[in-house]
Amino acid sequence: MSKTIIEKIWEQHIVYEEKGKPDLLYIDLHLLHEVTSPQAFEGLRINGRKVRRPDLSFATMDHNVPTRNRTNISDPVSRKQIKTLAENCQEFGVPLAHMDHPDQGIVHVIGPELGLTQPGKTIVCGDSHTSTHGAFGALAFGIGTSEVEHVLSTQTLWQSKPKTMEIKIVGELGYGVTSKDVILAIIAKFGVDVGTGHIVEYTGEAIRNFSMEERMTICNMSIEAGARAGLISPDQKTVDYLKGRAHVPDGEEFEKLAEKWTSFASDEDAVYDKMLEIHTSEIEPYVTWGTNPSMGSGITKSVPYAKDLAGQSEKEELKQALTYMDLEEGMPLTSIEIQHVFIGSCTNSRISDLRAAASVVEGRKVHDRVTAIVVPGSRSVKAKAEAEGLDKVFIEAGFEWRESGCSMCLAMNEDVVPAGERCASTSNRNFEGRQGAGARTHLVSPVMAAAAAVEGRFVDVRNMLPVCV
Amino acid sequence: MEPINIVTSVLSPLDRINVDTDQIIPKQFLKRIERTGFGKYLFYGWRFKEDGTENPSFVLNNPIFKGSTILVANDNFGCGSSREHAPWALMDFGFKVIIAPSFADIFYNNCVKNGVLPVRLSEKAVEQLLNAGKNEAYELTVHLEEQIVKGQKGESYSFDIDPYWKQMLLNGWDEIALTIQYDQYIEAYEKSST
Ligand code: SF4
Repeated sequence: MSKTIIEKIWEQHIVYEEKGKPDLLYIDLHLLHEVTSPQAFEGLRINGRKVRRPDLSFATMDHNVPTRNRTNISDPVSRKQIKTLAENCQEFGVPLAHMDHPDQGIVHVIGPELGLTQPGKTIVCGDSHTSTHGAFGALAFGIGTSEVEHVLSTQTLWQSKPKTMEIKIVGELGYGVTSKDVILAIIAKFGVDVGTGHIVEYTGEAIRNFSMEERMTICNMSIEAGARAGLISPDQKTVDYLKGRAHVPDGEEFEKLAEKWTSFASDEDAVYDKMLEIHTSEIEPYVTWGTNPSMGSGITKSVPYAKDLAGQSEKEELKQALTYMDLEEGMPLTSIEIQHVFIGSCTNSRISDLRAAASVVEGRKVHDRVTAIVVPGSRSVKAKAEAEGLDKVFIEAGFEWRESGCSMCLAMNEDVVPAGERCASTSNRNFEGRQGAGARTHLVSPVMAAAAAVEGRFVDVRNMLPVCV
Repeated sequence: MEPINIVTSVLSPLDRINVDTDQIIPKQFLKRIERTGFGKYLFYGWRFKEDGTENPSFVLNNPIFKGSTILVANDNFGCGSSREHAPWALMDFGFKVIIAPSFADIFYNNCVKNGVLPVRLSEKAVEQLLNAGKNEAYELTVHLEEQIVKGQKGESYSFDIDPYWKQMLLNGWDEIALTIQYDQYIEAYEKSST
């Protein structure tokens, strides 16, 4: 019988099954960071339990770390959280990429970079954007702290099998339209809870044409569509990306692995519980104008009118959102002026994102009104960018060039957007207060963020890119 | 965790859709390394004004709902981040039951693992409850064993819950202690997959 990749991975990881119970699933890789792990380690200590498989666990520091001066964490509570992770990893034998280690970075950036992320694996982390790793054809999902403790101590989780969903992107993408625009368009079209109870597989020609990094951007935001996980069947691109990575074997063993990896791809006639389609002709560079990721439109459009929405709750949600965002119904998106630009986060902070943004700002200047920062997703991305001279391009244009971390994506460190100010951000959440109390977030792609930095308002980046024939 | 079965209380009506975990507990309060003490920061941005005083227009600041242990909200409650600090904050504030037409997956799990009962009712039922409890104290009894929510006027709604989660909640079991009893299967799996 033909199967989807979701079923193939699921079935291979069942440790125990019994009718009327969730399945006990084995976890191949457990990623940890400083914010959602301290209470889990504390639980182990209280109960005298050990970490069952430290060799399948990997920790990093990302949410809280300073991006300006690493030597001084001014907030004592943040400092304690960072220190606690280092002590816990030491005590329980869990490998750690410390803030000062060359492998450090946002957990969802370094997993693939180090080759820890591989097709067919079950991957969890106390973080909802674990879905990013699904780009490799892994079953990767976010868990809460109780589950973190459960995985640390048993390397398993009780999971009820979710339903499967296919989202097919039909057609080829237009010029200047990125994978970020595709996922924003999907969420705008189908809503923030379309994926609830499902694992999504993204398919179609555009997905096949995307690089691994572009695929990660799509899978990253599966959670914004309500899906527990989102993935893409592995192909030759997946194999090529992983070849030679630190945690990937080489030689004959690699060849064998590669064959196994691609065998996880969904069978051609596999059936999903639900199938949705979006056509690329509907997708242009996107900007969100509201307070959840579905509240976005193509750059040539305007903020919608409440009267055009169907339900009463939707009308009210729109009004609340526009009040918070200080926008008017019917305003063209290109009339929205911004004060901040953030290029970073696990959605868009990889080398290809930085290259794309740099290609827009090169030879241009950041608008007077705008403070703009670039925060590479990992120390290795940062080093690579510097070797290519991208740091200079950004600095000359007037951007600040920072150390890697989550930074202004959730503003837990000192990288905060002040109340009432507006930020063009390449991150994934535009919730109220996400980038700082009272801060207003607009989600965009790296090239759209770069264009907004130069113009001081949202513009159609397609008019600023070199014409290609 | 504490076992839970019958909860009786005035309901707190939070008539919003897509309430995300960034609203339930904003990130500036995630730095603590303990599980407790998050209640005072629950819905911080809504409960308090910029100067730190209570915002009288926010529903949970209404004295009618003081001490309520049942929160009724609208669609897709708990979306966004996986932070378990969200149920910790709700629990620390005093809520034992959350009723909504739908919940985000991770949030639902996180509730169950902490002994907070998430109850899915139809949109219509939730609308009726929200209307009944909007402006005046309206008492509900939630009965997990029987999978039923009863309103003070005698109306009742039944709800579904996975039998496994139900047992966990009713008994207040420690899931890890349970799983350790399956150690032989875990070991067998590890042997066969290497
Ligand atoms: S970059 Fe943002 S979304 Fe990604 S892991 Fe960090 S805080 Fe979460």
